[in-house]
Amino acid sequence: MTVRNGSRTVALDGPGGEFGDGAAGRVPDVVPVRPLRRPGRWVATVVVAVLAAAGIYSVATNERFEWDVAWEYFRSEQLIDGALMTLRLTVFAMAIGIALGIVVAVMRQSGVWLVERVADFYVWFFRGTPVLVQIFFWYNIASLYPDLNLGIPGMDPWLSVDANEAITPLMAAMLALGLNEGAYMSEIVRAGLLSVDEGQMEAAQSLGMSRLRALRRVVLPQAMRVIIPPTGNETIGMLKATALVSVVAVADLLYSTQVIIAMTFQTIPLLIAASAWYIVMTTVLSIGQGWLERHFSRGALAHPPDPFWVRWRTTMTRFHAPRPVQRTAATEPDQVEGGPR
Amino acid sequence: MSEPIVKIRDVHKSFGRNHVLRGVSLDVAAGEVCCVIGPSGSGKSTLLRCINHLEKVNGGRIWVEGQMVGYADHGDHLRELPDREVHRRRARIGMVFQRFNLFPHKTALENLVEAPIGVLREPRAEAEARARALLERVGLADKVDAYPRHLSGGQQQRVAIARALAMRPQVMLFDEPTSALDPELVGEVLAAMKDLAMEGMTMVVVTHEIEFAREVGDRVVFMDQGVIVEEGTPDQVLGDPQHARTQHFLARVG
Ligand SMILES: Nc1ncnc2c1ncn2[C@@H]1O[C@H](COP(=O)(O)OP(=O)(O)OP(=O)(O)O)[C@@H](O)[C@H]1O
Ligand SMILES: [Mg+2]
Repeated sequence: MTVRNGSRTVALDGPGGEFGDGAAGRVPDVVPVRPLRRPGRWVATVVVAVLAAAGIYSVATNERFEWDVAWEYFRSEQLIDGALMTLRLTVFAMAIGIALGIVVAVMRQSGVWLVERVADFYVWFFRGTPVLVQIFFWYNIASLYPDLNLGIPGMDPWLSVDANEAITPLMAAMLALGLNEGAYMSEIVRAGLLSVDEGQMEAAQSLGMSRLRALRRVVLPQAMRVIIPPTGNETIGMLKATALVSVVAVADLLYSTQVIIAMTFQTIPLLIAASAWYIVMTTVLSIGQGWLERHFSRGALAHPPDPFWVRWRTTMTRFHAPRPVQRTAATEPDQVEGGPR
Repeated sequence: MSEPIVKIRDVHKSFGRNHVLRGVSLDVAAGEVCCVIGPSGSGKSTLLRCINHLEKVNGGRIWVEGQMVGYADHGDHLRELPDREVHRRRARIGMVFQRFNLFPHKTALENLVEAPIGVLREPRAEAEARARALLERVGLADKVDAYPRHLSGGQQQRVAIARALAMRPQVMLFDEPTSALDPELVGEVLAAMKDLAMEGMTMVVVTHEIEFAREVGDRVVFMDQGVIVEEGTPDQVLGDPQHARTQHFLARVG
């Protein structure tokens, strides 16, 4: 199809062709584009805006939320300490979980029968029991093994410690959460390793690398792309799962909150303050995840995804003025409607 | 004649009950370009992979530069080499794959320096200087910092060749290096390989490019069903094949 436009002639290939990047490498002549009118979008916007305003108004004016009290507690030392403890638990438990996950995933592909079965057993066992039960279990380990000994069975131990002292509630909580997480992480890591083409391992080995070096330098970095998104989910899940440790009196965010509630009975503002801390922490973690995803998508995508703030801004502006497609004509066809007429 | 760089004697290889190599013997002299042709499934790739011990042979022996691949000879018995030794010997054998197998998360330059730095312990500056020179040699001086997915297939394969050369191999193995390329890109890769041959590199090339074998090959080997059916100069094997199977194959691909 050709369109006369003043004295020039513009060739069109159908929808998208004239703006799609590198479509036959032609730069289009300037043709006025009138955006398609979308009344439905405006109606939807107005309805949602009204509902949102009503919601905010009701929450803001309902005295019983006691926002000022919630804010005071949000800034209180107990809650900040509790939040820090929650963060610490999350970081340590995830560190244990990720390290174990990688080891177990590699064990499951080791080709050594017993090693593979032991790894299978680990995953089977820790995925098969509730993490709350595991926390209690570690908490009570001293009743099974009153002394923890390091040495050769049947001989005098080299090192012996009292289990009650070594396994503090915090330790029990971290062990339980970390060991449990390791089972899930191993599945995530395994899926990541399987997603990398076998030719990568071969090419690395043909260059004289050992399997371990090839895994570390070539396969794992590529697997990361598949591993990170679910690991981000796991981390955020973990942050909230740490609330379980309040059952063994570890002073995490929830436990600290409950202690204050028991004294002051200001349940709602305290729950709000605690939730706010959880949301702050999960938000920070999501931002970190986005950053990691970008980092490990190096070379994998023609155009790495924009960071979320850029995506957010683009979404806002696109709503009003469909901009000419810059690079994703194939995936966002709704932007190229409204050709010259 | 001096000792061949690659010496293969009566090699057998099975995958389960699939007897893929059935007694293959072959010598490749220093500086020689040996082209291996044959129908799909005849065991060409398997033979190459046995040469650098990516596959273990079930019988027979292979020597590269006079050293047995994967084993130490103890007179009356063979002993498997420790992994470290296998890796060390493998590092001296370059391999180029049909599907390039570049590391997608590394730039062209990083692809080239990864093994020299990590395996040969070369200083980074030296490795990078050599890598740049190699990329220039395959005509990609301007693609040093490009990621593989921003390169055409032909460019990727030339980076892969340079990556193998960065290890200063004594012999280069090519497994159908142009089969995954669009026809218009085949030429540039074959040209790079031809340059390499001119410089005296010892090469074993599995290929379907009969013209390349005729022009560049010192010797052509025709394999079928796990055995070498016929071998000789390109003129002999390609121009005047003696065996019915060779004639049949050439009639199909030529
Ligand atoms: N890792 C493996 N496991 C099992 N069977 C294999 C494996 N590799 C190769 N084979 C089998 O060995 C036979 C020879 O394969 P090979 O790849 O060596 O053939 P080829 O001559 O290179 O063929 P092509 O021209 O298709 O590449 C085929 O039947 C193949 O199925
Ligand atoms: Mg093959």
